[in-house]
Amino acid sequence: MTQENLLMIPEISVVILLLPLLGFLFNIFFGKRIGRLSSTIATGIMGICLALASYIAFTKFVYYPDNGMIQLKFDWFTLGPGNAVSVGIGVDNMTAMMLVVVTLISFLVHLFSTEYMRDDKRYSRFFAYLGIFTFSMLGIVIANNFLFMYIFWELVGLSSYLLIGFWYEKDSAANASKKAFITNRVGDLGFFAGIMILFFTYRTFFFDDIFAKILGDSLHGIAPILPFNSGFWLTVAGILIFCGAIGKSAQFPLHIWLPDAMEGPTPVSALIHAATMVAAGVYLTARVFPMFTAHALLFVAYTGAITAFLAATIAITQNDFKKVLAYSTVSQLGYMVMGIGVGAFTNGFFHLVTHAWFKACLFLASGSVIHAMHHAMHHLNDHHTDPQDIRNMGGLRKTMPLTYLTFLFATIAISGVPFTSGFLSKDGILAGTLAFAQLTGNWLIPIAGFGAAGMTAFYMFRLTIEAFHGVPKTKIATQTKENKFVIVFPLVLLAVMSFWFFYSANPIDASKGWFASRMKAPATSVPTAYQFRFLVPEERLKQEEEAQEKLEKANVDENTEKLKKRIHEELEIAYATGQENRDSVEKYKQEFLKNKEEAKARARHPLMAKKSMKDGSGEKEEFLTVFEEKIEEAHLPAMFISVLIAGLGILLSFTVYQFKAMNSDNLANQFGLLYRLSYNKWYIDEIYDASVIWFTLNFSKVLGLFDLKVIDGIVNLTAWVARLAGQATGIFDNVVVDGLVNLIANVTGTLGSIMRKFQTGRVQTYIGLTIVVVILLVYFLA
Amino acid sequence: MGIGLTHYLILSGILFAIGLFAVITRRNAIMVLMGLELILNSANINFIAFSRFGGINLDGQVAAIFVIVLAVTEAAIALAIILNIYQNYKHIRIDEINKLKE
Amino acid sequence: MQNFLGLGPLTWITFLPLLGMIIIFLIPSGKDEKGKETSKQLFRWVTIGFTFLQLIIAIGIYLNYTAGMTGINVEGGFQFREHYNWFTVTGLPMFGNVKVDYFVGIDGISAPMILLTAIVCFVASFASFSIKKQIKGYFAMYLLLDLGMMGVFISLDFFLFYVFWELMLLPMYFLIGIWGGPRKEYAAIKFFIYTLVGSVFMLLVIIGLYFGVHSFNMLDMMDPLKYDPTSIFAPGHGWWRNVAFFALFVGFAIKVPSVPFHTWLPDAHVEAPTPISVILAGVLLKMGTYGMLRINWPMFPDSVKYFQCFIAWVGTVSILYGALCALGQFKVGKRDFKKLIAYSSVSHMGYVVLGMSSMNSSGMSGAIFQMFNHGTITSMLFIIVGVIYDRAHTRGLDDFGGLANKMPIYTGIMAIAFFAAIGLPGMSGFVSEMMIFLGAFMAYPILTVISGLGIILGAAYMLWALQKVFFGKLPDRWSGPWDPTHKIYKTDDINAVELAALIPLAILIIGLGIYPAPMFNMMNATVNHLVEFVRIGGGF
Repeated sequence: MTQENLLMIPEISVVILLLPLLGFLFNIFFGKRIGRLSSTIATGIMGICLALASYIAFTKFVYYPDNGMIQLKFDWFTLGPGNAVSVGIGVDNMTAMMLVVVTLISFLVHLFSTEYMRDDKRYSRFFAYLGIFTFSMLGIVIANNFLFMYIFWELVGLSSYLLIGFWYEKDSAANASKKAFITNRVGDLGFFAGIMILFFTYRTFFFDDIFAKILGDSLHGIAPILPFNSGFWLTVAGILIFCGAIGKSAQFPLHIWLPDAMEGPTPVSALIHAATMVAAGVYLTARVFPMFTAHALLFVAYTGAITAFLAATIAITQNDFKKVLAYSTVSQLGYMVMGIGVGAFTNGFFHLVTHAWFKACLFLASGSVIHAMHHAMHHLNDHHTDPQDIRNMGGLRKTMPLTYLTFLFATIAISGVPFTSGFLSKDGILAGTLAFAQLTGNWLIPIAGFGAAGMTAFYMFRLTIEAFHGVPKTKIATQTKENKFVIVFPLVLLAVMSFWFFYSANPIDASKGWFASRMKAPATSVPTAYQFRFLVPEERLKQEEEAQEKLEKANVDENTEKLKKRIHEELEIAYATGQENRDSVEKYKQEFLKNKEEAKARARHPLMAKKSMKDGSGEKEEFLTVFEEKIEEAHLPAMFISVLIAGLGILLSFTVYQFKAMNSDNLANQFGLLYRLSYNKWYIDEIYDASVIWFTLNFSKVLGLFDLKVIDGIVNLTAWVARLAGQATGIFDNVVVDGLVNLIANVTGTLGSIMRKFQTGRVQTYIGLTIVVVILLVYFLA
Repeated sequence: MGIGLTHYLILSGILFAIGLFAVITRRNAIMVLMGLELILNSANINFIAFSRFGGINLDGQVAAIFVIVLAVTEAAIALAIILNIYQNYKHIRIDEINKLKE
Repeated sequence: MQNFLGLGPLTWITFLPLLGMIIIFLIPSGKDEKGKETSKQLFRWVTIGFTFLQLIIAIGIYLNYTAGMTGINVEGGFQFREHYNWFTVTGLPMFGNVKVDYFVGIDGISAPMILLTAIVCFVASFASFSIKKQIKGYFAMYLLLDLGMMGVFISLDFFLFYVFWELMLLPMYFLIGIWGGPRKEYAAIKFFIYTLVGSVFMLLVIIGLYFGVHSFNMLDMMDPLKYDPTSIFAPGHGWWRNVAFFALFVGFAIKVPSVPFHTWLPDAHVEAPTPISVILAGVLLKMGTYGMLRINWPMFPDSVKYFQCFIAWVGTVSILYGALCALGQFKVGKRDFKKLIAYSSVSHMGYVVLGMSSMNSSGMSGAIFQMFNHGTITSMLFIIVGVIYDRAHTRGLDDFGGLANKMPIYTGIMAIAFFAAIGLPGMSGFVSEMMIFLGAFMAYPILTVISGLGIILGAAYMLWALQKVFFGKLPDRWSGPWDPTHKIYKTDDINAVELAALIPLAILIIGLGIYPAPMFNMMNATVNHLVEFVRIGGGF
C-alpha cells in the first residue's frame, strides 16, 4: 500500500492518540482556573476523537476490509549503525473497532461525569486523569509493536492508579490504588520478560516481523526462528506475554485488585475497570494470538476458564452493588480469555466489544443509582448508611424507571438471552469451547464456561431484583429520584448498543455478520509441530505435508535402492553357498518391508491430531482451519445448552429473590462451607497476605536488620578494632615513647632550674662571680 | 729600704680590693660608684708607678690623665642613670633592681 | 568551541568554581552588630552565577560535541582535548623520570557526566538556600567540590584523575561533617574512610601500572604494546591482572556503592544537608561506575571477561538487596524518608552495574543513560525531601499524611519524581532500565529476570512512601500554616526557589523519556567502540 491511498488512516489515528493528551495537559495546568469549563473541553475533545475514530473504522471496514495492518514505523533512537530501536503505530480491523469502543465509552463517561462529579473539589483534575487514561488506552490500541504496547500498558496502569486513588483521603482508596499498581506490576514483569525473550531472538519489537520470523517461509526455504531454538521457549514466551494480560485483565491468580479498584469513582469503574482497560489484556492476548503454541493456548484457556468460574461463584454472594459487578467483570474477562485460548478468536474479541457496551451500561447505571442514593442520603442527613449496599435498596424500579430499564436490558444481555449482543458473543465462545473439547478432550473448559454462564444469569438477576424490584428496604431508597439527562443518556445509548442487529442480521448467529467477517482469526504463526493441528490453516498443512512426503520419498527411494542391492548380493551368496542361507535372505526381505512402512509412518507428523484431516473437509464452505468448521458444528448444541442454563439461572433467581419461594438465608446455611468460601472470595487475599506478602515484608525486615546489624556491624567492628589498636598504640606512645622524651626533658629541666639559681639579676652577683671565675682561671691556667 | 715599686703596687692592690668590695657589697648605688672610683684610682697608681720605676717615658702619666677624664664622664653618666633609677623605683638600692633576671 | 584566554572549554568548566571560590573568599562576611551575616545573599548568588556559567559551558560543549567520535583508547577520538606537561621530576630512585601531564578530553562516556555534573551543581546551588550557618565556608567548599567532580570526569591522565578524586573527598568531608545532621561526625568519617580504602586500592594499582608503561597516560595503559613485558601487570600475567582488576573494581564499587560496600551511603545521606545529598547521589555515585567504564573495562579487558558473571551478580544482588532494604525501612526502626531514597539509590545503581556487565551496546548504553537518569531523578527526590524537611523539621515517614491537599503543586512534582524512579514509561528512567534489561538479558537471561523483581519491589516501596506522605488524612499538627509568621514561607506550598531547582530536572526527565535519542547519539560511537574493544580483549 502506498501512502496516498491510505485515506489518512495513520495520520488520523495519531491525532486521535494525541488529542486526549492535549486535554490532559491543558486540564492539569489550567483546569483549576477555568473550573467547569474543563469538563466541556475534555468532553469536546472526546467527541472529536469519537468522530475521527468512526471515520477510521468506516474507511477501514469499507475500503480495506482485509485484515491487513496499515502501519507507520520509525526509529525511536539508535544504538549505532544497524542497531535501532524502532517503534510505530498500526491500524487493522481490530484496532479500528477498539478505537471506536474506547472513544465512544470514554466520551459517554466524560458526559456522565460532568454531572456525577459535579460537587467534587478536584473536578478538573478528574477530567485531566480521564484524558491521560484515554490517551494511554488508545496508545495500547494503535501500537504495532511490543515496546509501545508495554509503554502504554504501564501508562494505563498509572492512570488507573491515579483514578482508583482519586479520593485519596480515604485509606481504602489509597490502599486499593497501590494494590492495583503493584499487582499489575507482577504481571508486567512477566510481560516484560516475554518481550525480552522475543527481542533477544528477533531483534525487533514489531508484531508482524516477529510473527513472520516465527513462521519462517517454507516455500523460500527460510526456516522458522524460535527462541533458544525450541518450541518450549516459544511456549514460555507466549505464556509470559500473557502474564501481562493476567495482571491487566484481572485473571486468576492476579484478579484480586479489580474488586478493590471499585474504590474509585463509579464512572472510572465503568470506563477503566469494566469496558476498556481491563479489556486491554484480552486485546493483548488477541494481538499475540498468532504466536501462541498449543501448550500456551491450553494455559490461556484454562486460566480463562478458572477465572470465569471462580469469579462467578464469588459474585453470587456479594452485597456491594459495585463488587458484584466487579466480579462479574472478572468472570466475563475470563470468558474472553478462554475464548481466545480455545482458538475462538473472533468470538473472544466479539465478546470484548459487546461486553464493553453492556458492562459500561451496568456500571453507569450503578453510578446513577449510587448518585441517587447519595442525594437521598444527603436529603435525609444520613452519612453512615452504605449507599452501595444492595440490602439498603429495593423498589428503585418505581423511582428510577429509566435507569431500571437500561440496567435490566444490560442484565439480559450479559445473561446471554437471545436477541442481545451478549447472546451472540457468549454463544460463540461456548461453541468454541465445545469444539475445542471435542478435538482435544479438555471437557473441563466448556463445563466451566457453561457453569459460569448459569451463575452469571443467576447473580445478575439477583442484583436486579434486590436493587430494583420489591419494596424499598430503607427510607433512603424511597427518596431516590431519577437523574438528569446527561446521566441517563449514556445509559440509554449503551443499552441500545446491546441489541443484536448492530453486529449481525441473524439474531442467533453472528458468524455471518459483518463483524465476524472483518475480525477473522489471524492464521497462527507457530510451526505446525508446536501447534494444534486443527488451528493450522489447511493450506499450510497441505504444503508442509507435500514437502515432507517429497523428502521422505527421496529417503525411502534411497533406502530401497540400498536394500535391493544388498538383497541382490545376499541372494548371489545364497545361491552360491546353498540352502541354509535362504533364511537370512528372508530376514532381509522382512527388514526391507518394515523399513518401508516405518518411513511411511514417519512421513506423517508426530503431533498429528487424533482425528484425521481428510474426512469431511469443507467442500461446501471455505474454512481456513478445521477448528472454524468445528465451531460451526458446535454452534447449535452450544446455543441450546446456554439458553437452557441461562434460563435456569434466571428462573432460580426469580424463585429465590422475587417470589421468595426459597429463603436465601436458609440456602446460605445449607451450603455453609460453600457460602463462606464464596462470601470470603475463596480467601485468596488472605492466602496472599499470609504467604507472598508476609514473606516479602518479613524478608525485607530481616534484610533491613541484617544491613543494620551485620553489615554495618562489621564495618563498625572494623572501626572499633582500629580504634582499639589506636588506643593501644596511644598508650604505648604515652608511656614509653613519650616517657623517654619526657625523661630527657626532665633532666634538662632540672639542670636548668639549678643553673637559674645563679641568675639573680643583680649586677653585683655577676661581678662577684666574674671575679671568682677570673681568679680561678688565673689560678689554674697561670 | 726606700719606698719602691712594690709598695705602690701593694697600695694599688689594697685600693682595688677596697673598691671591689664596695662595688660588690654596697646596696647603695652611690657607694658602688665610689667603689668604682677607687678601682680606677688604683689603676692610676699602677700606671704612674710603672711609669716612674719602669724607666720609660711619660706614657703612664698620660694614660692616668685619660683615665681621670674618663672617670669624670663615667661618674656623670652613672649619676644620671642613678637619678633615672631613683625616679623609676623611688630608691637606689641596687640589690632590689633585678630586671636583668627576666 | 573556541578557546578562551588560551584555555580550552574543559579547563574553564573545571576551574571556574576555583575562581568563584576565590571571589567568595574575597568578599567579607560582613557581620553586623547583631552578628548576622549581611553578605549571605551575595555568596548564594555568586555560587549560582558560577554554576550557571558552568552550565552554559556544558551546554556549549554539548552543542559542539561531534557524535561519532570514539575515544576510550584512541587519543584522536577524544574531543576538546588539552594535553600539556604538568610537571616532570627527574632522577628519582626506582621511578626514574616521572612525567605527569595535564591531559583532559571527553568522549561519549564522560560527556553525559559533564552535563550531569553541571546540571546537578546548578540545581543544588538553589537547594543550598536552606543552609543557614557559616555560609561563606559552605559555598567555598561547595565550589571546591564542584571542581573536584568535574576534574574526575575530564581527566585522561591517571595521576590527574587521582588528584581530582582525592580533591573532591576533602570538601565532601567538611560539608557533611560541619553542615550535617545530628550524627554528622560519624557519617563524615565513615564516608571518608570508606572512600579512602577504595583510593588506596586505586593508588596501588596506579603504581603497578606505572611500572608497566612508565607513564600515567590512561591511553598508554590500555595499549598492550606499551607495557614492559617483565612488569607485573604486563599482558600475559593473567593472575596479577585479575588481582589488579579486582582491587580497582572494589575501589570503585565502594563509590557506587554496591552491596556489600554500601553502608556508608544511608548514613551519609541521612546526615548530609539537602544539597549535599543531591550532589552525593546525583554525581558522586556515578564516579564509581564511570571509573569502571573509563579504567577497569578498557585497561583490563581480559579480566573483565573473567569477572563478567561475578559483576552481573553484584548488580543483581545490589538491585534486590537495595530494594528490599528500602522496603524494610517501613518495618525496622525509624522510618526515614532519606534513608529510603538512599537504599533506592543502591538498588538503582545496581541496574547500572548489571547493564555494564552485559558487554553489549544495549546494556552499556543503558547503563550510562541510567547513570545520567539516576542523577537527575534522585536529585529531584532529595530536593523534594529537603523541601518538606525545611518546613516540618522532620523526615519521619510516619509524621506525615494527607499532604496532597496542603501542597498540591509539590505533590504533582513529587509524583513525577516517584514515578520516574519506579521506571514509568514516558520518563527517562524507563528507557535506560529497559535498555539495561534488554542488554543484560542477552548475556544473563535468568539473572536479568530475577533482577526484574526489583521493579516490583521498587513500585512497592515508592508507592508506599507516596501513600504515607501524601494520601490519607493530614495529622493535626500540620493543619496550620508551616510558618504562622509568614516570614519564611509565604504559602504552604513549594516556593519559587525550590521550583527553580525542580522544574529543570522534571523537564529533563520527561523530555529524555520521550525523546532519548540525543543522549544515545552522544555515546553510541564510544560505547560501540568500548564493547568491541572489550570483546576482542584489547590485545591483552
